[in-house]
Order: sequence, then structure tokens, then C-alpha cells
Amino acid sequence: MSDNAVDGDEVAHVADLARIDLEEAEVERFTEQFGEILSAFEALDEVPETNRDADLTNVMRPDEVRECLSQEEALRNAPESEAGQFKGPKVS
Amino acid sequence: MTDYNGYIATDTIEGAEDGPLAGKTVAVKDNISTKDVQTTAGSAMLEGYVPPYDATVVERLKDAGATIPGKTNMDEFGMGTTTETSAYGAVENPVAEGRVPGGSSGGSAAVVAAGDADLALGSDTGGSIRCPAAFCGVVGIKPTYGLVSRYGLIAYANSLEQIGPIAPSVEDAAELLAVIAGPDERDGTTRDARDNGTDYEFAAAADGDVDGLSIGVPTELLDGADEAVVETFWDAIDELESQGASYHEVALPSVEHAVEAYYVIAMSEASSNLARFDGVRYGTSGSEATGGSGDERSESAGVSGGEGNWNESFAQAREEGFGEEVKRRVLLGTYALSAGYHDKYYKKAQDARAWVKQDFDEALSEADVLASPTMPVPPMKRGESLSDPLTMYLADANTTPVNLANLPAISVPAGETDDGLPVGLQLVGPAFGEQTIIRAGSALA
Repeated sequence: MSDNAVDGDEVAHVADLARIDLEEAEVERFTEQFGEILSAFEALDEVPETNRDADLTNVMRPDEVRECLSQEEALRNAPESEAGQFKGPKVS
Repeated sequence: MTDYNGYIATDTIEGAEDGPLAGKTVAVKDNISTKDVQTTAGSAMLEGYVPPYDATVVERLKDAGATIPGKTNMDEFGMGTTTETSAYGAVENPVAEGRVPGGSSGGSAAVVAAGDADLALGSDTGGSIRCPAAFCGVVGIKPTYGLVSRYGLIAYANSLEQIGPIAPSVEDAAELLAVIAGPDERDGTTRDARDNGTDYEFAAAADGDVDGLSIGVPTELLDGADEAVVETFWDAIDELESQGASYHEVALPSVEHAVEAYYVIAMSEASSNLARFDGVRYGTSGSEATGGSGDERSESAGVSGGEGNWNESFAQAREEGFGEEVKRRVLLGTYALSAGYHDKYYKKAQDARAWVKQDFDEALSEADVLASPTMPVPPMKRGESLSDPLTMYLADANTTPVNLANLPAISVPAGETDDGLPVGLQLVGPAFGEQTIIRAGSALA
């Protein structure tokens, strides 16, 4: 089992990208577990390159106005709203 | 409520007076949206979230006359194999004391096994219907990708998941599947069975006639399995043989890599899907999440409108609202998609997915169905999986290949181990071959 696939700094970096704060103890635990899990994922190196031409077609519909949620319904679950809009934190 | 914690909430939703499900109770997994009834997906992040609309499958249940007796407990956002990662507490197996009910639809399987609901809906991203059905000794169907609308399902990994039925018998499961199946203009990935050479007469297919049925047994899916499970599996195959079916061994070399490919793809999709939980439009904002018992939602304690900036607020809300397994998967998915690693993990996983599809197509060109144990192990003891995520992931070895290949599969009770633990038999069919697996499964349950 290789425990050095990732170090604590990398886990912290990924957590930052994913916008999730982690406690120190979580960083330590994840660093160890990610080492194990990522080395298991290494098995994918043995997978041959495979033709992936899936039989897919786009699904389109006319872009027409239709019934939708009211403003009140759309805001119902927001922790905070103001003047009919979602209220979020400052941008900077 | 139940003493094994099968429900997160027991608000009753009444359906129409008449219909094929009139007089029946159908419990609904808590990641399926119910208008005006709290839907948490097992997460503290969504505590108090009340959807303003019904999922398509819920609309169809109500139109069919079903009564929904409650929302069932589940692994948080569907991420787990044991229903121990819920923010609302773990579910116990009502038919195997001290064991997990399987996951992630553990509550749905448990309420059916205990007789507290006639039927239930689950969702299956990598085995989340079939695993708990197997561990609780009931029937579960994961439909062909596209047979059932996902509109209103809180997404974990869109390209893999389907909603499906859990029931005491194959016929009951088939009847419920017929109600929820069919195209939906609000889910562009749905496809009409009638355009794919079949129809929706699922219950009529549960006639138990397996005379002449050809069963392929992929040896790879037996290799690592527990001895007691393998023994029970062969007993079930013997039973099918005695009713006129025949079996032969088949090789599916690609499935050796399926579970790794599944986790890379599912975690990558999850990292993108769960980006929506920022505590602004819905969900808990920072300093608010409590999980479980919380009954207060502070209007002012959130950071969303206060000091700090977007990124800090989001990161705090997500630290507090997500449980450990969800964080683990979102972070690993973010890692697998990040610059420098995409080709190594995500691209290879997509190659593996295509390879698995090819293998299944070949094997199913020489067999009507493919059979394996649903789970390679009997239900685990409660608490032993949480500290060892990799071991828990590897338990999904037999179910995840089916999601990668977009195929239908059923889990039916195969019998019990000598210790009295339930074992499930998984039967996999070709795309839109629901009637074939229902017919085969109905010979046993």
C-alpha cells in the first residue's frame, strides 16, 4: 500500500478547490485514506484504450415559455432573501 | 417511526382514490422530491429543505392511488453501502440483528422487509437498490438507464443512476415498476420502452416460467466472494435448473476493473453535482447545520448575508453540512478531475466503462441473463465498515458493473447462509430486458 500518493498539502489544496473547510484531523485521516484508495485506482492503468463511440443523439425541445415556479416558491428554501432575491455573502 | 430507524420522517401523502396502487403504501427514499414534504437525502445540509415540486415518480405514484407513508432513511446523498452515513442515524437490519441493512436505500428495503410498507422506491447508482434488497431478503430492481425519469431525484452521479422498486415479491416489484416507468419530457435521458422493442407489461412477465432459459455465470464475480454466499448462490442456480433453465460459465475480464472505474466516475460526477450546495439558495448556511434532531432554523445565524466572502462562506457551510463520506467522495472526485490527473483517472475510467459494456453485450449474446451473487459478502456487522472506506467500496464489485453498462438487473432472495443471513441472487439482462429478468427472478420469489 503506497501511503505517499498524496500528502497533506495536496489534500488541503483539493479541499480548497472543492470549497470545503477541513479540520486538521480530517486532513490527516483523508491523507492516509486517499493514499490507499488512489493506489487501488492505479489498477485502471491496465485498462486498454477502448473505442467509446456511443450511440448518442441530442435531445432537443422548443425553447418556449412554460409554467414554472413562482418567485415565492423559488425563494422558499433560501436561508436569507431580500427584495425577492437570494441574499448571499459579499463578493470580496 | 420504526425501532430500526427506517424512516427519516413519516408525513403521510395521500394519492388518488383509484388506480393500480390504490390501498397500497409505497415508502419513498428521501432523495426523491416530495412537494411540501421535507426531503433531506440523508444530509444535514438539507435539513428543513421542502421541495416546491414533486419528482415525476412521485406524481405517478399519487396518480396510481398509492399512499406514501413516509420518507426512508438512506446513506447521505446515496453515498454508502451500509446506510450508516445518514445524518439522521444508521438503519438497523430488521431481519438480521446486529447487521447493516445494506445501502444506500437501506431504509426502503428495511421498511418493506419489516412489513411497515407494502412497497418502496429506492435509487441505484452503483447497487443502492440491489444491495439492501439482498441484505434484507426482499426484491429490488435497477431498471435500464433511461426507463425511469430522474426528474426530482437529488443527483449523485447522473450518468449511472436510476430510481427503482423494492418489494416482497418479484410480481409486486414489477407492478410498481410499470407505474413509474416511461418517458418524461422533464428528463431528456428517458427513453420509451416501446421504441426499444418492448412494452410496460412487467407484472404479466412474472409467470415463473424459466423452461429453456439460458443463464451465463461470470466466473470473475464468484472469485472473491464469501464461501457461504457462493454456496447459497449455487443452490439458487440448481433450483432454476430443476425448473428447466440451463447455465454455462462466461468470462467478463473487464469487470475486474469495474469497481475502480465506477468510483472514479461517480465521485467525479458527485464533485460537480454537489457544488450546488452553497447555503444560499437552499441548504444550510455556515454555523447552522446540526443534523438529526435539529428543529430550529435560525433566520440570522447564517453567514450567507454577513461578513466574509463567497468562498469562505461556502467552504464553511459545506464543512458543516456534509458528512465525512460525502466530503471524501467530493474531494476524491475533485482530485480525479483536476489538472494533471484527468487523463490518469477519469479518461481511463471511461475506457473501462466502454470495455465493460462490450463485455456484457458479448456475454448476453449467448445467454438470456447473467447471474451472480448480488453482494460478495453477507450483511456486515454494524459499525465495522465506517473506518475502512476502501473495503466498503470493494463490496460493490458485483453491482457497479451493471450501472457502468446501463443494463437492468434484479436482486431476488437466493436463500440464507447457515448463520441465517440473507443472500441475494443478481440477474442481469440486456438493455430494456426487464421482462426477461422479471420472469427469471419470479421462479424464485
